Amino acid sequence: MVVQALKDQGVDTVFGYPGGAVLPIYDEIFQQNDIRHILVRHEQGAVHAAEGYARSTGKPGVVLVTSGPAATNAVTGLTDALMDSIPIVVLTGQVPTFMIGTDGFQEADTVGITRPCTKHNWLVKDTNMLADTIHQAFHVATTGRPGPTLVDIPKDVQFATGTYIPPQKARTSHYQPQKKGDILAITALVEMMEEAEQPIFYTGGGVINSGPGASQLLRELVDATGFPITSTLMGLGAYPASGDKWLGMLGMHGLYEANMAMHDCDLMINIGARFDDRITGRIDSFSPGSKKAHIDIDASSINKVIHVDLAILGDVGFVLEDLLRIWKSRGRKTNKEGLKAWWAQIEQWRAIDCLSYNNSEKIIKPQYALQRLEELTKGMDRYITTEVGQHQMWAAQYLGFEDPNRWMTSGGLGTMGYGLPASNGVQIAHPDALVINVAGDASIMMNIQEISTAVQFRLPVKQFILNNERLGMVRQWQQLLHGERYSQSWTESLPDFPKMAEAFGCKGRTVKDPADLDDAIREMIEYDGPFLLEVLVEKHENCFPMIPSGEPHNKMLLGDATATDAIKGDGAVLV
Amino acid sequence: MAALNIKKGSSRKSAYDLRDPNADVIERHTLAVIVDNEPGVLARVIGLFSGRGYNIDSLTVAEVDHTGHQSRITIVTTGTPAVIVQIKAQLGRIVPVHQVHDLTVEGFAVERELALLKVAGLGEKRVEALRLADIFRANVVDSTLQSFIFEITGSPEKVDAFADLMRPLGLVEIARTGVAALSRGGEA
Ligand SMILES: Cc1ncc(C[n+]2csc(CCOP(=O)(O)OP(=O)(O)O)c2C)c(N)n1
Ligand SMILES: [Mg+2]
Repeated sequence: MVVQALKDQGVDTVFGYPGGAVLPIYDEIFQQNDIRHILVRHEQGAVHAAEGYARSTGKPGVVLVTSGPAATNAVTGLTDALMDSIPIVVLTGQVPTFMIGTDGFQEADTVGITRPCTKHNWLVKDTNMLADTIHQAFHVATTGRPGPTLVDIPKDVQFATGTYIPPQKARTSHYQPQKKGDILAITALVEMMEEAEQPIFYTGGGVINSGPGASQLLRELVDATGFPITSTLMGLGAYPASGDKWLGMLGMHGLYEANMAMHDCDLMINIGARFDDRITGRIDSFSPGSKKAHIDIDASSINKVIHVDLAILGDVGFVLEDLLRIWKSRGRKTNKEGLKAWWAQIEQWRAIDCLSYNNSEKIIKPQYALQRLEELTKGMDRYITTEVGQHQMWAAQYLGFEDPNRWMTSGGLGTMGYGLPASNGVQIAHPDALVINVAGDASIMMNIQEISTAVQFRLPVKQFILNNERLGMVRQWQQLLHGERYSQSWTESLPDFPKMAEAFGCKGRTVKDPADLDDAIREMIEYDGPFLLEVLVEKHENCFPMIPSGEPHNKMLLGDATATDAIKGDGAVLV
Repeated sequence: MAALNIKKGSSRKSAYDLRDPNADVIERHTLAVIVDNEPGVLARVIGLFSGRGYNIDSLTVAEVDHTGHQSRITIVTTGTPAVIVQIKAQLGRIVPVHQVHDLTVEGFAVERELALLKVAGLGEKRVEALRLADIFRANVVDSTLQSFIFEITGSPEKVDAFADLMRPLGLVEIARTGVAALSRGGEA
């Protein structure tokens, strides 16, 4: 029945790991060919793979794991998906209903443990409710602001027979968030846009979650109005990096021009972003002179952190459609003179060239490695995942994304160990594409076992490791905040990465001379199978620009800054 | 701003200038939350309050619609105006939540709480307790030669006042239900 429900939901792939409490479902899986099961090596890997699958396709990712330790292993992935609004449906096995509460073998209070890290979850006690509940789980995961859902299924419920209910016959859920924005509010925003002298679009993952249509509308709106646009880490690709209105990413490690424009704008139009603390910096001096409008599907995101002048509750795609239509029907007005001066100012900021760095002929700079990766792969059918740390921020700065759903990274939770399993999930969904995980030496060790999954399913994923033999981001903060006392931020006893890859059955190579880098990247791209490229990079490079915690956008540190002890005062307690 | 009633002064200046001057004022609000009566729904609501650091002053819950399987949770909470708005938005986001009513802003509401108070004493104190109970319209629901249990219904303040008076007269134990509340008038 479970497999039937999944099929009827259009599921073609399940990421999972079997165990005692889900054997009946695995038996069903064995006896069919419509749904492909991807056997991972750790349940956290299953959830991240499903996230990669979901984020690169727009379809929900599905996970099947057993009870107890499997469910607890899934918790990090669930929290990650909740923070980044990724639609995931996780099915867990549970001890039989009559044993619940007895501390049975591999019993865990799965719905209790996962209640705060799912959008919603259910324990099914009656087989007749099983199919209906699974359909509800898909509905909730994909409707409104997407997120993870979990269905906990006791083993006796799996064995019992009951009536199957197809999705069309499932109970209609009262959970139907409003999609259309209020026309009066949208008109008010159009009025603000007509007058604004220094407007900026600040976009986020909500644009991507709203679907490709929303990105298309955003492009049309930006190009027609001529307003500059920046985006959060999660929103990269909604507007093309090659577009001339693109200012680059904003935030703690965002571009100088993007952060300065946010600080000095007179109209900020937030589309599907949530004023995260990585974005705002110091709240009481965040963009002090601007009117702020916020388009979001989640009412609780509005006025949570930053008080806005105008709130529009609705799905980004629907709101942008109305916004464009109303703006056009009122004569496509913008404040041309104001915009001209605004762009002149932005060009001055751009001229700072905040991403410049001192390159070296002897040692590979991490920025250079990413620039070469970009150069040698751009234009290809390419998907990028990342781990968490400096390499992640450099990837966001130096790689260009032309389309949505091409960039998968752990933003809200910052989960080391996300990238490798996520790259597997992306590759499953896009078998012929070039899928690269930009990794750090420390992060990749957190779910390294998933290389084995890639090998088993012949996934030609590329692990691009920027090895600085450091917890680089931690080291940077210790330099900035703790007087260069580098407590535990070395990664000693690292494996010989290529040898380790080969032990898994994956090809590996190390490169350390800048002169060999292009050749190594080419070999990685051209190799028809999983490949791990270890790039030995400068060990002490810092990631700039950087807004030190507790500082506003216009107090950015640039590449030539002396970073030691740059974080002080109130900022020191922030993360 | 013609189309919407956006406060004047927001045209060039930041929203910060428009911030509520009462931002630091702590308000008390009574919320009525209509939910599907499904397992875990109360844990979800309570988890939201503890997880996000909101206050619960009082909480009552019971099924109010058997056929529709709906329960009504009445929560009395305190916080700044911005926090109260956030609490309502966060509650509204919980999947089995159907409606969130802020009875404090939706006009006057009737709030009642029931309490049972055990008062033990002899002689003058015993007589005095009985006399005060009469004034507060509390009923005697159990009595021994040394004690009474009083039942009192009223606003939380009335219950507080009665309990304060009983304390010197031999208050032994008190059990309170928490607040139940309905908005006045004909509408839900
Ligand atoms: C699971 C988890 N544990 C700890 C952290 C804290 N953390 C953030 S970045 C980082 C260092 C990452 O090192 P590496 O993967 O080598 O990347 P680098 O910064 O060196 O590029 C750590 C420990 C985290 N984000 N996630
Ligand atoms: Mg590192």
